[in-house]
This record gives sequence, C-alpha cells and structure tokens, in this order.
Amino acid sequence: MTDKLLNAELEQHAVDRLRHLFEVNRRDLFKFLGAGIVVGVCAPTLLSQQSGRGRSSGDATPADIASWLHIGANGKVTVFTGKVEMGQNIRTSLTQQVAEELRTPEASVEMVMGDTDLTPFDMGTFGSRTTPTMGPQLRKAAASAREALVDLAAQRWQVDRAQLSAANGSVTDSKSGKNISYGELTHGEKLVKIIGPDAPVAAASQWHIAGAASPKVNGKAFVTGAHQYTSDITRPGMLYGKVLRPKAFNAKLVSLDSSAAEKMPGVKVVRDGDFVGVAAADSETASTALATIQAQWNAPQQVSEAELFAHLKAPGASANSGNGNRENGSIQAGMASATKTLSQIYTAAYIAHAPLEPRAAVAAWTDNKLTVWTGTQRPFGVREELATAFHVPTDRVRVIVPDTGSAYGGKHTGDAAVEAARLSKATGKPVKLVWTREEEFTWAYFRPAGVIEIKSGVHDDGTLAAWEYHNYNSGPAGIETFYTVANKRIEFHPADSPLRQGSYRGLAATANHFAREVHMDELAQLLKMDSLQFRLKNIADPRLRAVFETAAARFGWSKQQATPGRGFGIAGGFEKNGYIAMCAEVTAGPSGDVKITRVVAAFDCGAVVNPNGLRNQVSGAIVQAIGGALFEAIHFDNGRILNPHFRDYRVPRFRDLPEIQVELLDRKDVPSAGAGETPIVGLAPAVGNAIFSATGVRLRGLPLMAQALPLQSPAR
Amino acid sequence: MADTIAFKLNDKPVQLDVDGNRPLLWVLRTDLGLTGTKYGCGEGQCGACTVLLDGRAVRSCRTPAASVAGKKIQTIEALSYNGGLHPVQQAFLDEEAFQCGYCTPGMIMSAHALLSTNPAPSDEEIVQHMSGNICRCGTYPRIAAAIHRAAAGEAKK
Repeated sequence: MTDKLLNAELEQHAVDRLRHLFEVNRRDLFKFLGAGIVVGVCAPTLLSQQSGRGRSSGDATPADIASWLHIGANGKVTVFTGKVEMGQNIRTSLTQQVAEELRTPEASVEMVMGDTDLTPFDMGTFGSRTTPTMGPQLRKAAASAREALVDLAAQRWQVDRAQLSAANGSVTDSKSGKNISYGELTHGEKLVKIIGPDAPVAAASQWHIAGAASPKVNGKAFVTGAHQYTSDITRPGMLYGKVLRPKAFNAKLVSLDSSAAEKMPGVKVVRDGDFVGVAAADSETASTALATIQAQWNAPQQVSEAELFAHLKAPGASANSGNGNRENGSIQAGMASATKTLSQIYTAAYIAHAPLEPRAAVAAWTDNKLTVWTGTQRPFGVREELATAFHVPTDRVRVIVPDTGSAYGGKHTGDAAVEAARLSKATGKPVKLVWTREEEFTWAYFRPAGVIEIKSGVHDDGTLAAWEYHNYNSGPAGIETFYTVANKRIEFHPADSPLRQGSYRGLAATANHFAREVHMDELAQLLKMDSLQFRLKNIADPRLRAVFETAAARFGWSKQQATPGRGFGIAGGFEKNGYIAMCAEVTAGPSGDVKITRVVAAFDCGAVVNPNGLRNQVSGAIVQAIGGALFEAIHFDNGRILNPHFRDYRVPRFRDLPEIQVELLDRKDVPSAGAGETPIVGLAPAVGNAIFSATGVRLRGLPLMAQALPLQSPAR
Repeated sequence: MADTIAFKLNDKPVQLDVDGNRPLLWVLRTDLGLTGTKYGCGEGQCGACTVLLDGRAVRSCRTPAASVAGKKIQTIEALSYNGGLHPVQQAFLDEEAFQCGYCTPGMIMSAHALLSTNPAPSDEEIVQHMSGNICRCGTYPRIAAAIHRAAAGEAKK
C-alpha cells in the first residue's frame, strides 16, 4: 500500500473518531486552529493508571486519544494534553520532546494543558506519570507529524522521500537543495492521522534538544509577576466568596443566624444544607460579613493525636488486609535460622502539603454552562465533581487549569471549585474563592499518618534471613523491600483515619523507606557492620548498587568519623522506576536541635530529558523532605487542627538549608522515569541514621525533632 | 469609612478612597489589579506578598493601607521596564531560581531590598535576610545563587 493510500485510510478512520470527540467537546479542531496537520495518539495504558477514585464512564468515549498535536500556518505547533504544570516543569520537558522529534525550534511549540474543553481526557497529573507516559506519546505524535510533512514535500516536489530530510522546522531536498517550511507545507491541508502507541521514535542517545538543559517555558512571566495563577484571574462583574467552616470535622449545623450579614450592602448569603457561604464585591467585605454569622454546630467526639497510633493499630480499625500483601518462604524458618533478630516500631505523623498558592477557583455560569478556573491535578476529575454536584452533564462543565502554585499531591480534589460554583450559581455572577492559609491547613487533606512494625533476622555474614513488615494506614507505596531476602511477609493494613487523608508527593514511599532504611541501619549496628557494606551485601539490582556507591563516593562515606554531636547517615531506595541514594551529615545540639549540614544524593531515573529542570526537582524534593523528616506535623484534638498557621506549622526555610550535591546518573539506554517523587524518599532515613551516628539515640518516628534527644556519645 | 490615601506607587502618584485598615495587599490586588504581589498566608509568615516601602521589604498583608500615606511603594510590576528585566529578575531567570513560581515575586522583592542596602551579601546574610520568605518547592539554593549572581553583576558595573 502506498503512503498516500495508507494516509487516506487512516484519515477515514480518524474522522470518525474526531467527529465523536467533537460531539463530546462541541468543537472543531480545524475551525479552532485553522488548516494544518493533526496527529492524535492512542493510549492503551491510560486505563491502567491509578487515581484512587476510579474513572467515570462519561469520560470513556474519547479516552483512548491521549493527546493531539496540530501543525498550522507559520509552522506553529500546538500540543494538547490534559496534564497540568505546577512547578514540576513538564511544560518545558514536553516541549523539548516535541521539538526533538518534529525537528522544529522549541519556540514554535505551544502546549495547551489541562483544559477539559480543549485537551483529551487525562486521569490526572500524579504518580510521576508524565515523563514515562505522556513524554513518549508526544514524541510519537511529533515523529508521525514529521513523517507526514516529509510525505507532503515528496508529493509536492514529486521526488523520492528518501532524499528529503526534516530539520529546523522545514524539509530540505538533498539533491536540489530546495527547502520548504512546515507552515507552507500545511497550507490548505486538513490531514488527520491517528497513530498507535508503537510509532517509532529516536533513541535517547540520538537526542539533541531533549536531554539538554532548556530554560523554563514562560520563565519571564514568573519573574515579572505577569503569570496569572487562578487567584489572579478576574472576570467582569466578579464577586469574592467566603465559606463558613464548621467548628470541627464531621460537625452538623444546628442553628444559623445570618441576619447581620444579609443586611450588609452588596452581600449575598447562600445556604444550601450545611453549606453556608457569602459573596461580596471584595474579599475583605466577604470576610467581615462571614464573621457576623452566628452558627451552632454539633460535632461528635473524635480520635485525638494522643490516641492516634493505638487507634490505627486497633483491631477493627482495619477494613481489610488491603492490597500490597506479599509472602515468600517462611518467616518462622527464616527467623529460626537467623543469628540475630530485631523487632521495632516506626511511626509517621500527618503532614500538610501547604502549597504556597492555597486552593482557589473562579467560577462563572453562562447560558447554563459552568466554566471554572482552578489549580488542580485532576481537571477531568474536578469536571466530574462539578457535574455531579450541580446535576449537569459533563459537557456543560469546563475546567481550566492555569499553571499552578504547586500541589505536591494535595490538589486532587475540587473543593474550592465546587464552593465557588455554588456561590456563582446563587448570585448569577462570576465568583472567585481563595482559601485562607488556615482553611488550607484545615480543610484540605493530609499525608496519611502510620505505624510500621518490622521483625527481621540476619545471619552473621550480613545477609538477611527474614523480613516481616506491617504498615498500618500509611500506605502501600514503596512497601516492597528491594533487599534480597528469601523469607518475607509484607502487609499493608488500611485503617479508619481520623483525619481526611490522601495523595502526597511520594505517597507512603517516604514512611516505608524511613522505616526500612532505619531498620537496616539498626541491623548493621547489631552486626557491627558498616551500614553501606551491609546494604550492598543484600542488594542484587545493579542500578540500586550504583546510586548507593555513587552517593557514598561523592560524600566520602568511608572517610567520615562521627564525633559527639556530629554524625553521618546513609539511605536509599527504589520507587516509580527511579533509584535514589543519599548521604547526610547532621549536627545535633544538647537542646535536641538538629541541623542538616550536608546532603549528597545520587539519582537514576533513566534517560534524562532536562538535566537543569531535573536538578531543580531533585534538590527541591530534598529541601521539602527536610520538613517531614525533622519538624512538620499536623497537631489535632477532637476534630480540630491545632496548628493551622505557618507560625506553628514549621516548614523548611533558608536557615534550614544544608549544602546539597546532586549526582545524576543519566542512563540513555533506559526509558525515562518520572522524577517528581522518588528523590523525596531518601532524606528522612539518612537524617535519622545520621542523628544516631551523632548521638547514639535511635529515633523511630517522623518528624524526628518531635522526640527527646538526650545528647550521648556518638555511635561509631 | 473610606479614607483618602495618597502615596507613590511604582514611581507614580496615586490617590485612593479606601478603608485605611484594609491590608495593602488587597488594595494592590483587588483595587489596583497589581496581582504580581501574592497572598500566601495573610499573617506575615511566608513573604509571598513582599513589597518595598520606602525601599524596605515589608509584608503587604500586614501593612494597613493608611500606613503608606505619603510613602513610596514598589511592587514586582515596577522592576521591569521597557520590556527589559531588572538585574535581580534576570539573575532569577538565569539561575532558574523557581519551580512553581508563586513565591518568586516576593523572593525577588526581598532580594532587591537586601541588595539595595548590601550590594555583596554573604551566604549568612542572605539566609538571615531571606528566611521570612517560604519556597515550598525548595528552590532556596538557586535563589541564593541568583542573589549572588545579581550582586556580582552589579559589582561589574
């Protein structure tokens, strides 16, 4: 079959799909973008993605198209993806990958992201999925588009396509020297190609644009303050909303007196069940009106922080044995064969994401259609939430996600979006609603707290004999041990969490790595072995060995000698197809204060797409991890958060900054893995182990500085 | 209870009829549409709302509008001119000293205030001056590098 025939067939096939998409989105891509070439990519892997919420049947129709790419007049390339940008720098790394395969300047590529009317369905931006899934899909779309352009040039010039090459946004005939730009080639064309997930792309070793440091797309807009986050958006006639919050979680509204607020000029009070909100011309008036409302709430008795760990472990607290359970060999036989055994309990507190941009939304109803701008990691999930809340079909709801002031797993839900839309519906005007810091610390959700129990046995030669591991509530991510052990039982036990909990950068991998890697340090201590050598003795995976050895070499691990109050720790692991190892140096003062002075990290996430952006992510994850490792914890009592402010919820600041060295092991021969999460998991155990090295005190709970730290002699 | 408040905003005189108790942050953002100055906590704890008051870095969320009468206020919008970037902005861009970028305007204003009084700050002085500004993405090492870069650039002039 000739290319022309094949294209015609594909085009026929594709038009049906497009029509179907347009029925859903009521939009004609060519009308919207003008003539050109469109390439769509099927994504069979989409269904296998995890979100914890399941996927709606309403989104199923166009779901097998994961992204669109359009090349139009002037060679402008527009890419449509449901992923969102929130600081992880994918707008840049995806642009690089499209430019790479399309062989066009990065400046000619524009990414349209996270707009439910314009972009194909996407489960959400989480789980470090963009780089391993969306990256290859867009590379394939770009490669197919490039080949289609070469075909067009061959037809136009009536020459053999083998003598044509694509570079720098144009096609050149090597024989005649003729050159034509992509823009000219697409002129008047309305060509559609739908490609499968197996289209060929260049190997990472052949990359020119991808694989190199590329400056952040729209970087200038961030340093000038011109970039508009959700909270910066205004609409004509817009009002500002505030919501009345219950005095405690799970409270029911008993009585309400909003008469004073209702008398205030320009103030609208909205009550719908237990939802009470106000809208006014500015946010201070809305706050003032809200403060005049007298409400009585009835709240049940709830589990407090002091009872938390007992509660999570209590029989009956666990709904079922959950997933992630594995058993190999015999724990009993393994323990019997061990020369030394150890049993310890580790804990992790609830922590908050505390994104600097709190949840925010701007909602507007026009002709019974709802448009909401909001910072969320799941624009299509939030569209579903809104459609359900307001009993309208999903095609009457549009969610647009401006590049967001970070999320770290904390913006999966559409709470602010639903609230703003409710107030907008009641007032008939656009409404902006920005959560206060206190609301963000209270009414968002938290990284799950957890209890982890480990029983283990080792042989005298330093090999593991048995490993029994139980995680209560924290989660199954990163629960599997990457150390070789024949006899193991690993179980996750979900529990009834007293606080609303959910996704957080790295999920439970942080707590699981903390428990596992501190326990490994304790075993090394028991065996009087160097903790790096003990680990290497039990690691089979060469990539994991490589990150441990690299981090140790750069840190000078073998040369370090702990002194009273100054110590060194090592830890690492494997998560989301990335390998991380870290060495940390700490000083610990007699008052129990800990300062991390130096961190060396080695990270392998396969072929590196943008080393500059990646370093920013890895270094940032290390800094963010300092909080959860040393001092971040949500305190709560009977359904109330006790520290919902930055003044009593301590986050890492400049003064907490160690010297950080990041070593990237760029593996061109291995597919790129996501990097947003894995680098966060190594710090807490490395620091915990360093505190032991400095003081001889073994701390087994996160955050580490919450515990007493009597200064003792160094461990080694 | 509107008060008439006159001050210099980004080198231009402004006169507003506003409640003098209102935080400057909301007057800038809501009344004047200058949204480069961000809300992060409203409690003076995070530095996202940092502006310059007579050249000094202040938290606009804790600055009553009445208190700026007769004073000079500079926001992030004043730094770039004729499409060109201020050296501190350029240094942040060159070091890519941001991730989500939400803290960036406040960081730049704090850094600008520091460099205005201390053209070559030490690491320790940067930590001291900048610890009131939170970057949840953890970009502090690059922000410190950007401040050094801006200082070095100024020193060459």
